[in-house]
Amino acid sequence: MGVRIGSEKFFDRVDKGINNEFMRKAVVEAQTRLEGRKTKTQEEMGNWEDWRDLSEEIRQHTLDNLDFYLEQFAENVAEQGGHVFFAESAEEANDYITNVVKKKNAKNIIKSKSMVTEEIGMNEALEETGCNVVESDLGEWILQLDDHDPPSHIVVPALHKNKEQIRETFHEKRQYSNSSDPNELALFAREQLRKDFLSAEVGITGCNFAVAESGSVSLVTNEGNARLATTLPETQITVMGMERIVPTWKELDILVSMLCRSAVGQKLTSYITGLTAVKEDGDVDGPEEFHVVIVDNGRSKILGTKYQSALQCIRCAACINVCPVYRHVGGHSYGSIYPGPIGAVLTPLLDGYEDHKELPYASSLCAACTEACPVKIPLHELLVEHRKDIVEKTGKIGFAEKMAMKGYAKAASNPNLYKMGTNMAPSYIKSIAKSEEDGKGKGVGPVKLWTNIRDLPESDGNSFRKWFENRSKGGDQ
Amino acid sequence: MKQGTIHNKDRFLNKVADRLNRKRITEEVQLPTWSKQPQYEVFDGLSQDELLDQFVLQCDAIHTNVIVTEADKLNDDFDKVIQDMGGGSIVHWDDPRFESFGLDSALKKQQEQGTDVHCWNYQLGEANIKKAEQANIGITFSDMTLTESGTVVLFSDKGKGRSVSLLPQRYVAIIPKSTLVPRMTQAAEKIHEIAKEQGRMPSCINFISGPSNSADIELRLVVGVHGPVQATYIVVDDK
Repeated sequence: MGVRIGSEKFFDRVDKGINNEFMRKAVVEAQTRLEGRKTKTQEEMGNWEDWRDLSEEIRQHTLDNLDFYLEQFAENVAEQGGHVFFAESAEEANDYITNVVKKKNAKNIIKSKSMVTEEIGMNEALEETGCNVVESDLGEWILQLDDHDPPSHIVVPALHKNKEQIRETFHEKRQYSNSSDPNELALFAREQLRKDFLSAEVGITGCNFAVAESGSVSLVTNEGNARLATTLPETQITVMGMERIVPTWKELDILVSMLCRSAVGQKLTSYITGLTAVKEDGDVDGPEEFHVVIVDNGRSKILGTKYQSALQCIRCAACINVCPVYRHVGGHSYGSIYPGPIGAVLTPLLDGYEDHKELPYASSLCAACTEACPVKIPLHELLVEHRKDIVEKTGKIGFAEKMAMKGYAKAASNPNLYKMGTNMAPSYIKSIAKSEEDGKGKGVGPVKLWTNIRDLPESDGNSFRKWFENRSKGGDQ
Repeated sequence: MKQGTIHNKDRFLNKVADRLNRKRITEEVQLPTWSKQPQYEVFDGLSQDELLDQFVLQCDAIHTNVIVTEADKLNDDFDKVIQDMGGGSIVHWDDPRFESFGLDSALKKQQEQGTDVHCWNYQLGEANIKKAEQANIGITFSDMTLTESGTVVLFSDKGKGRSVSLLPQRYVAIIPKSTLVPRMTQAAEKIHEIAKEQGRMPSCINFISGPSNSADIELRLVVGVHGPVQATYIVVDDK
């Protein structure tokens, strides 16, 4: 799939999102509930800011010493019988993974939820070699059955679907005949997927955090699917972004605690699983062969730059759950597997400005994201940095803005012209300020987007200069 | 154990160091003393009894039944839990604690009453997994128990199969009261000690907090997805 989803233009995607009433209602409900749960656990803790400071320090220290910790991790994995592959690109990662699968003569692959495998398009690469890849996270399975509908939230991927649509998909693809009660739908998924778990030769997982000191990988889930994917198949492949690492189990404790609380308001999710390489002598369950693929895919370009803090992200989606823009346009509008504020920061860094130049502007800069972030990424400040870079480095600036600035430069350089402009502006604004019933206002350029849905505030006809002169003479202030 | 392989390490890590505007780190990095350490404040100074009270409260929040009992009543309470869960078939760890807590006789009694009881036996290989897959109830002890989150921590070992707490329909954890600690911090410290000793880590450490669940459909909580649909903790006073 890659970072980018689909080929539609930004404003077309946004229009689709805004006009999808079910999705918008679902997003509002989800945000309210998830954010409410997070706030509740924060309050219970009492010293949330201390936890944030600690988490930020841990993430910064780890990134500053990333080469050391990755090396320590890799050696510990290998010492305990696992294989490590460092992949600079998506292609390198996919080549390695498909080769491992080929060597095992494997056809059936069971997967637990992983953003990085979506980012590198791993499923497609495996399917091209004739493998059957099954997503086992309930949300991801629903999307996969529904002809690979893209995820719209990084924690609750099928947020944009209602239970009737899900029932319909199950019915159409798997002859499901029961009700749309989520309990029955989930039970059906359990039965269907159990067979896949038992027959899979290879299990593929993501990685919430790797632990350098022991060569372990940790998986944070509620459903138990990641446990199944790492207990039953003979071969396990874990794919991780290279920044997804902590020095020791003590730091794992802190970041897992922050992840569970920030993502879903739980103290810990039902299952936190720490896995170290292959099974031990005498173990019956667990993999005989273990591979971990450490993926760069553009991350190293972010290191050492003003955007480095974006790599502190622990993928909790707390920023998404408070974002007023996400609330209105939904996840698909971002055109990236990483939506919301972190997506708007990360997507252009990983995939370039060309296809994602609008994302840094898809924010009101209200800073709710920055305040929500458990590892203190200054998200809204990074969005401003992106805007600066877009203008300075790429020269990408809208035509209307360019003309407006040119016009202003001309007018401001001539006192008479400037005066005439400020005198005329109020009556001109009045002529375009009204929105119309049909949603087509008279405004032009950027003003039109406003007048399409509401009136523009009218000027009282007074200019700043006039007001100031009047004030100096002791008039109304 | 056969050493694993590492591919492309230097090319990859040189690039990382380069981006960080310095040479590769060759000396061991010392962890700084973190300026804030709020994790040690949680339930600091609480007695085992006070921890237990908090633990019971948390279990309610994670949809987990909890029974607190004394050593001499353990067998009766155990029987009752098995009965409430519908009996049927049981799979349990090969763990000396079953005997030391006298549960071997309770299991024997179950067997005499016609319940299919299977003790994890690594020599039987794959057959164990089949048994676990078909079992109604999986039973393990807790190696460490986290008060704050209502979590049992399980270290894998050849007698302690991962599948026992995962594949059966229902899950029972026997929790010696002495295993209660405030939170994940204390477990992480113990695992940190294990990692520091040169040697093999347990291949799987599970932190289990109640039954499996999902909120992937319209954010409605469904209890019981891929793992057990029901979980019961039996806390036994072992002072």
